Amino acid sequence: MNSLKIENLQASIEDKPILNGLTLEIPKGEVHAIMGPNGSGKSTLAKVLAGHPDYKVTGGTAILDNENLIGMEPDEISRLGLFLAFQYPMEVAGVSIANFIRAARNARLGKDEKVKAVDFYKELYEHMDALGMDRKFTSRSLNDGFSGGEKKRCEILQMSMLNPKYCILDETDSGLDIDALRVVSEGVNRMRNPERGILVITHYQRLLDYIVPDFVHVMSEGKIVRTGGKDLALELEDRGYDWVKQEAVA
Amino acid sequence: MINPSQVAVDRDKGNFHYDTDYSFDAGVGLSEEVVRYISEVKNEEPWVLDFRLKALDTFLKKPMPTHWATDDLKNINFDVIRYYLAKGQKPSRTWEEVPDDIKKTFERLGIPEQERKFLAGVEAQFDSEAAYSRMKEDLEKEGVIFVGSTEGLKEYPEIFRKWFGKVIPTSDNKFSALNSAVFSGGSFIYIPPGVKLAQPLQAYFRINAENFGQFERTLIIADEGSEVMYMEGCTAPKFETSTLHSAVVELVALKGAKIQYITVQNWSNNVFNLVTKRALAEEEAEVRWIDCNIGSRLTMKYPGVILRGRKARGEVISIALANDGQHQDTGAKMVHAADETTSNVVSKSISIGKGRSSYRGLVQMPGHLKGCKNNTECDALLINNNSQTDTYPAITVQGDDNSVQHEASVSKVSAEQIFYMQQRGLSEAEAMSLCVNGFVNDLIREFPMEYSVELKRLIELEMEGSVG
Repeated sequence: MNSLKIENLQASIEDKPILNGLTLEIPKGEVHAIMGPNGSGKSTLAKVLAGHPDYKVTGGTAILDNENLIGMEPDEISRLGLFLAFQYPMEVAGVSIANFIRAARNARLGKDEKVKAVDFYKELYEHMDALGMDRKFTSRSLNDGFSGGEKKRCEILQMSMLNPKYCILDETDSGLDIDALRVVSEGVNRMRNPERGILVITHYQRLLDYIVPDFVHVMSEGKIVRTGGKDLALELEDRGYDWVKQEAVA
Repeated sequence: MINPSQVAVDRDKGNFHYDTDYSFDAGVGLSEEVVRYISEVKNEEPWVLDFRLKALDTFLKKPMPTHWATDDLKNINFDVIRYYLAKGQKPSRTWEEVPDDIKKTFERLGIPEQERKFLAGVEAQFDSEAAYSRMKEDLEKEGVIFVGSTEGLKEYPEIFRKWFGKVIPTSDNKFSALNSAVFSGGSFIYIPPGVKLAQPLQAYFRINAENFGQFERTLIIADEGSEVMYMEGCTAPKFETSTLHSAVVELVALKGAKIQYITVQNWSNNVFNLVTKRALAEEEAEVRWIDCNIGSRLTMKYPGVILRGRKARGEVISIALANDGQHQDTGAKMVHAADETTSNVVSKSISIGKGRSSYRGLVQMPGHLKGCKNNTECDALLINNNSQTDTYPAITVQGDDNSVQHEASVSKVSAEQIFYMQQRGLSEAEAMSLCVNGFVNDLIREFPMEYSVELKRLIELEMEGSVG
């Protein structure tokens, strides 16, 4: 009921299976991390949950609280409360950050309702200040010409403003220097609360020093092959992914 | 992911018409009788009739320009078009005097409301003639003239005859010749030296009848050091058969004068819109064409500026949106004919579904001139995989002391961009519309506020249903 519950999820792209019966439950109030080698299907999982049209779901379910996300349009999934922070956020020329977030907020309201500009900007500026973003950023085109760090801050800004029930962060640490990593992680940590579930996808243990997970899952060949506490991440860092894969096969 | 559109474009705003009785009807088809009829109804001077008849001859002799333009021109059937339709009344000075059916039309289009809010003068043309024409009294006292073409030629020949047909000669092209033969309506404007209009003048061109051709003729003369902004809007209801709109617009900016000419057309997609627009800019004069082309079946329009005086400046800023079944063939002409003249062309086109947009640009800078500059940017945005765009620049620049910059780009809204925006909760259509608005945003700012809001809304309407 109060969880994002993925059961036996199978998905393929151009007839090539990527997810092979993945099962995972993220209850509200918890932070889960998925780690795994390149090509294990981590990013695919994120995109499939968000309803990316290139992937075909061939089996299984993903239940957000009460509703199965499979087959829904990406915008419906978003409005239900699932937020995906992209590994590579897209650039949209001519659309300012402020207008974009405002449009996204308005999309969550009734037909004739609109967010109040004054309240909106007050809230936006608070979040930007916390993320160390210059207020001038509001009028810049969405991600257009942003550095890697600026893009990721912008993702967290959107996440904060849209108040999702479940957040998926796809390789948010990639391309970040240590200062940006800290600021972005603090942004995520501020969003931890009993009403929200968070899934952090990462290749490296480093991010999990900042966003300390309640559970760590290891993914390999489209499945979760091992689950543990936060120490599992350290163990992976030490020993690499091979031993998990071998154990999984064995 | 983005499928070709099956667009039933929402043109609710212009898509309606009320039945109207016309007292004056030149019948169907084009002939010398039709031309004589129009001239007689208007009680014109012999020289005007003579001008018309020569133009008819030129029109009949000139071939369709299909050696460079689209073959779709061949589908215009000149024999089924009605060339003159009017109720016969003089343009009213108050809306109360405007016949009900016509008044209802313009009220629905929001014209009287706009007039109250921000306009210095309005002319509202219904088919062949203006139904309403009024200018603020203080402008009349300053000597500003704002009348229709018939009145302009009759009442103020000493002002208008000198320039009439001089910026765009009858024989410029087949459609300028057609217009010269059967023209009716349009605005004749004269701004006396040093008079600067704080508010714009506006004309609204409304086609109401089916199988109709609208041929308005506009001539704006801005005398030395004067300034004027003129805006025109156009709509027509959606008919099964094609409608022809073929205007001639001549602008004359004398020494140090400034003219801004703004067009927002929202034609239904049965309209052939073949318009010739050109300006003459004398020393230190400035002419800006700001042009937004939405709708029509085929638009061919290349506003130009002949930079005839030293330091004259010309600019064309245009937005074109081509939806399914539409071809926006637009561009600009900049003819540098004096030292230190500068010109700027910024064109943005959006092609949706099977829509096609073409850009044709002509820049001429002869070698004996010094210090001339042209900057041209043309950007195209494609929405669907089968949308089409093409560019035909013709740049002739000679001399070491002149410079030309030409930049062109084509971009496509990517499926990943749309997915990203949808992931934030926007529907596919909202995401697309935001992308398109973002693309033209910097140009929309060039339009007066009242128009930019309308433009954004029009663009949003066009985007609805354009994704699958």
